[in-house]
Amino acid sequence: MEAFIETEKLTKCYGPVKAVQDLNMQVRKGEIFGFLGPNGAGKTTTIRIMTTLTKPSSGCVRINGFDVVKEADKVKKVIGVVQQHLSLDRDLTVRENLEFRARIHHLSAAERKKRISELLEYVELADCADRMIHTLSGGMQKRAAIACSLLHQPQVLFLDEPTVGLDAQGRRRLWDLVRRLNMDGTTIFLTTHYIEEAEALCHRVGIIHHGRLIALDTPLALREKLGLVAVEANLNNKETHYKYFPDRASATRYVQSLPATAGTVIIRDSNLEDVFVELTGEKVGGA
Amino acid sequence: MLRFLNDVYSVFWVDLRNLRHHWRSTLATSLVQPLLYLMAFGYGLGGGISLEGVSYLAFVIPGIVSLTAFSTSFNGAASKLQVDRFFYKSFDELLMSPVSIYSIIIGKALIGVLRGFISSSAILLVGVALSPKLIISLWLVLVLLASCFVFALFGVLVALVINSHQGMSTFSNVVLLPMTFLSGTFFSLNQIPDVAKALLYALPLTHSSSTLRALALNAPFPWLSFFILIGFAAAFFTGCVLALKRASV
Repeated sequence: MEAFIETEKLTKCYGPVKAVQDLNMQVRKGEIFGFLGPNGAGKTTTIRIMTTLTKPSSGCVRINGFDVVKEADKVKKVIGVVQQHLSLDRDLTVRENLEFRARIHHLSAAERKKRISELLEYVELADCADRMIHTLSGGMQKRAAIACSLLHQPQVLFLDEPTVGLDAQGRRRLWDLVRRLNMDGTTIFLTTHYIEEAEALCHRVGIIHHGRLIALDTPLALREKLGLVAVEANLNNKETHYKYFPDRASATRYVQSLPATAGTVIIRDSNLEDVFVELTGEKVGGA
Repeated sequence: MLRFLNDVYSVFWVDLRNLRHHWRSTLATSLVQPLLYLMAFGYGLGGGISLEGVSYLAFVIPGIVSLTAFSTSFNGAASKLQVDRFFYKSFDELLMSPVSIYSIIIGKALIGVLRGFISSSAILLVGVALSPKLIISLWLVLVLLASCFVFALFGVLVALVINSHQGMSTFSNVVLLPMTFLSGTFFSLNQIPDVAKALLYALPLTHSSSTLRALALNAPFPWLSFFILIGFAAAFFTGCVLALKRASV
């Protein structure tokens, strides 16, 4: 599959601190790509460089073949961005926010009217179009922000922590919307702290730690490398030990070999969190 | 050119919509301070005093008009831009759009120009009613508009360069407040020592006050001050361009 986003030795330094170091990765056209990492790992810096908001110190990013620094104008036409902090004008209505975004993306009056109406339906906010943003729930605000980012029909949508602060219902509704967008042909690049979100949505995930990409593959392939079955054993009633096995049979053999004095032992499927913790030594979202 | 103007209007449009939702409180807050100055300095302190051949009231009103243009244009542009940058983060959306930085700067300044022009015109009308010696001419209106534009660009520049609310507050107390009182708004600069005069002539509000006062009192027009004012506009605009180029790709 062709690469839609490509980074080459991408590096960003803030003084002596290297926020992103020699990042080489490719995001394929049409996929949902998850970018995982603890706070301060370099996720948001990477997104800001990809979306033309920050200049890289060295290396480059190409989106749809366009260099984000040298051909920023062309890049801006193919990207849509939903920032973690929403970036909506909360003193305006949903419709006014959409109108503003449509104007700055050069949609004609007729196109604006048509797209705004379509998108309000698409994100299920038609009934709230004339409500002020600050009167909407968190989930509705996120959907409004997504609608704003889709006005100019971007080919790739960047979602920075899209479900932070949402309740379970709001999160699932947003997941459905992301899947629908992807089915309609939009490439999705999302960062998340929620492992179940990455597992539920992403075709492939990249894990970044201290500014370096330390893993990139499908969730299943990453789990396979670690072991598809996890054993949690609280051997001395103090600390839980984790061991990973390719299948249940070998996990069961290991459990049977444990001394009879062993505490609680759990056999379960491994998950991306296990992969993440083994690779980084940190919980996702931990500092 | 048409695309440029269209983009300027698009950037201005969102601030206009905001103003439409909050116009009563916005207008009221912009008028309270100049009306208090008018009462305190024009009637309170200046009652019965003459300065440069006219009553102090006639002398001080163009200064207060200029001061109103300064504070309202500066704050109108700077405060909205700061909110957009740090609170709503909606300024990033502009930077990620195909709108040029030149359109962004002018568009963001226009809300300051509009607010400053409305408030200072209102004070000017009140002033003319209180002191019929003052003359309103088309030239005065144009210079008032130019002053609002200079101060709004100043506001945009400061809001782009200062990266925190605390920094903005410090700037306001250290730079703006002294400028408000010392730029020939409430007294004649002829009365002060040459060294201080040179310092005060380096401030844009001084030149706005002197040009507006000359026009309102039908005195010889200080062309040098007018051109310096235009020079400030060019300098502030260049500063904004550099700040935005440094900040984004």
